[in-house]
Amino acid sequence: MTAMRAAFIDTTTALLDEDPRTALVLADISASQFAPAGARHPDRVLNVGIREQLMIGVAGGLALTGLRPIAHSYATFLVDRTYEQIKLDLDHQGVGAVLVSIGASYDGSREGRTHQSPGDVALFDSLGGAWTVRVPGHPDEVAPLLRAAAATDDPVYLRLGEQRNAQAYPDADRLRVLRRGGVDAPLVVAVGPMLDPTLAATEGLDVTVAYTHTPRPFDVAGLRALAATEVVLVEPYLAGTSSAVVGRALADVPHRLLTLGVGRADLRRYGDPADHARWHGLDAEGLRRSLDAFLGSVRR
Amino acid sequence: MATTLTTDSTAALPTLIRRLTGDEKHAPSAHSTIDVLQVLYNRVLRITPETADDPERDRFLLSKGHGPVAYYAVLAAHGFIPDDWLDDLAGPESRLGHHPDRMLVPGVEIGSGSLGHGLGLGVGTALGLRAQGLLTPRVYVLLGDAELDEGSNHEAIAYAGATGLGNLTAIVVDNSSTTHGWAGGIASRFTVNGWTADTVDGRDHTDLYVALTGHRPGRPHVVVARVESKG
Repeated sequence: MTAMRAAFIDTTTALLDEDPRTALVLADISASQFAPAGARHPDRVLNVGIREQLMIGVAGGLALTGLRPIAHSYATFLVDRTYEQIKLDLDHQGVGAVLVSIGASYDGSREGRTHQSPGDVALFDSLGGAWTVRVPGHPDEVAPLLRAAAATDDPVYLRLGEQRNAQAYPDADRLRVLRRGGVDAPLVVAVGPMLDPTLAATEGLDVTVAYTHTPRPFDVAGLRALAATEVVLVEPYLAGTSSAVVGRALADVPHRLLTLGVGRADLRRYGDPADHARWHGLDAEGLRRSLDAFLGSVRR
Repeated sequence: MATTLTTDSTAALPTLIRRLTGDEKHAPSAHSTIDVLQVLYNRVLRITPETADDPERDRFLLSKGHGPVAYYAVLAAHGFIPDDWLDDLAGPESRLGHHPDRMLVPGVEIGSGSLGHGLGLGVGTALGLRAQGLLTPRVYVLLGDAELDEGSNHEAIAYAGATGLGNLTAIVVDNSSTTHGWAGGIASRFTVNGWTADTVDGRDHTDLYVALTGHRPGRPHVVVARVESKG
C-alpha cells in the first residue's frame, strides 16, 4: 500500500463516517480496504464489481439524488475506459463527482501498457473545462485536497501515484515559488511528483522553479506574474498537456515554451517506474539535458 | 409528497405529435414508446409539474433517447412543457432536440441519446434514493431492444439483480430492431440475474398497467413491451 493510496482510504473512510452525503463507488479495486466502512455504511459503500462503466453511471445517478459520490480505480480503468460515461453520465447531466485514481502514468510499469494512463489529464481537457484536476506530489497533500473536493458538488479528478516529493505543500493550488532566479530568469513549472526531479535538474541554473498540485484550473495569474520569455512545463502525464493553457495565458506576451512529460509512444517495455522516468527523460539527468538544450537553443 | 396524476392525455396526443412532426398521415402508434409513456404518465408515475423537484417523486429515465417525439408530446400533455415548444423541434432556439437534455426540458430526468447510459444512471438513482431513506419513490428506465446490444446495460442488469435493487423497473420496448436478436428472449437476460419479468403487448394499456405495477419486493423488475416490428 502506497502512502497516497492509504491517505485516500483513511480520508474517505472518515468522510463516510462524518458526512451522510458521501458515497463511495468501487469496481473491486481497494474494495477490501473499504470493507470496514462498508460494514458501517452498506448503502453508501458500493462495489459494483469489475464494471467501470456502471461505476461512473452509478456515480452520476447518486449525484442526481443529491449525494456526493467518490469513484475510484486505476487511472486507465477510471478515466480512459469510462470516458463516455464521464462525458455523459456526469458532465452532460450537470452533476459532479470526485474521481480518485491510482497508478498514474507508469506506476504499473511491470504490468505494461494496459495498466498505464499517461493521457488521463488530457482527456479531462477535452471536456467542458469544469473539471478541477489535482495531482498531489506528497501523501500529506491528499487529505486536504480530498476533503475540499468532498465539500462541493463540483467535478474533481484526484490523481494519486507512487512517486512523491520529499516535502508536502498542501497550499500549492497556485504556483508556489520554491527557487527564485534572477530578473527575467526562465520559469520552470513542476506539477505534482515532478517537483523533486525538477529541483535536482535545475541545481545551479539561473531559473525560477514553481510548484503546483493543481494543473486545472491552471494558475494563469501566477504564470503571467512569474513568466519571463522562457517557460518550461514539467508534467507527470502526457507531454504538452498544458501547452494550450499556457499558450492562451501568454498569447499577448512573446515567449518560448518547452513542454516535458510522458511521451506518446507505447514503449512496450516493463522494468521499474524509475526506468520509465529515464526513458521518458523525466529523471533529473534527462530533464537537465532537455533544459540545457532548450535554454541554449535561443536565437538572439 | 407527490400525488398520482390521473389526467388522461390520450385525446390530446395526436394533435401534439403533429405539431412536432408535421406528419398528417401517421397515427401516434407510429411511435413505439407511445403506449408505455401514456400508461406511465396517466396511471403509474407519481410526478407532476409541481412535484418535478420533489425528492419523493418517482423518476422516469428515458434511456432510449432517440425518437423522443412521443416523450415530448406526453410531457406537453401533462403540463411539464408549453405546447408551443413542440412547433420548433431541434431549431436553433428550440429546447427540444432529437435527443432530450435534462438541463433544457422540465420534467426530463436525464439527458440521453447515446445508447446504454440510462440503466446505469437508473441504478445509481435507485441506490441514492435508498441510501437517503427515500423508500417510496420508484425508478423507471425505458430502453429499446436494440439498445440492449450495448454492453453497459448488462453491467447494470447483473449488478441490480445481484443486489436485489427492488426500487428499479426497466421497460424494454421490443420492436425487433436488434441486429442479431436475443436468443432465449429478452426477459431471460434479466431473470437469469434475479429480476422479475413480465412480457406483454406493448399496445395494450391494461396489460401494460398490470406489468408496470407488478414489481415484487426485493427484486428489480423488467417489463418487456412487445410492439410490431420496426420493419
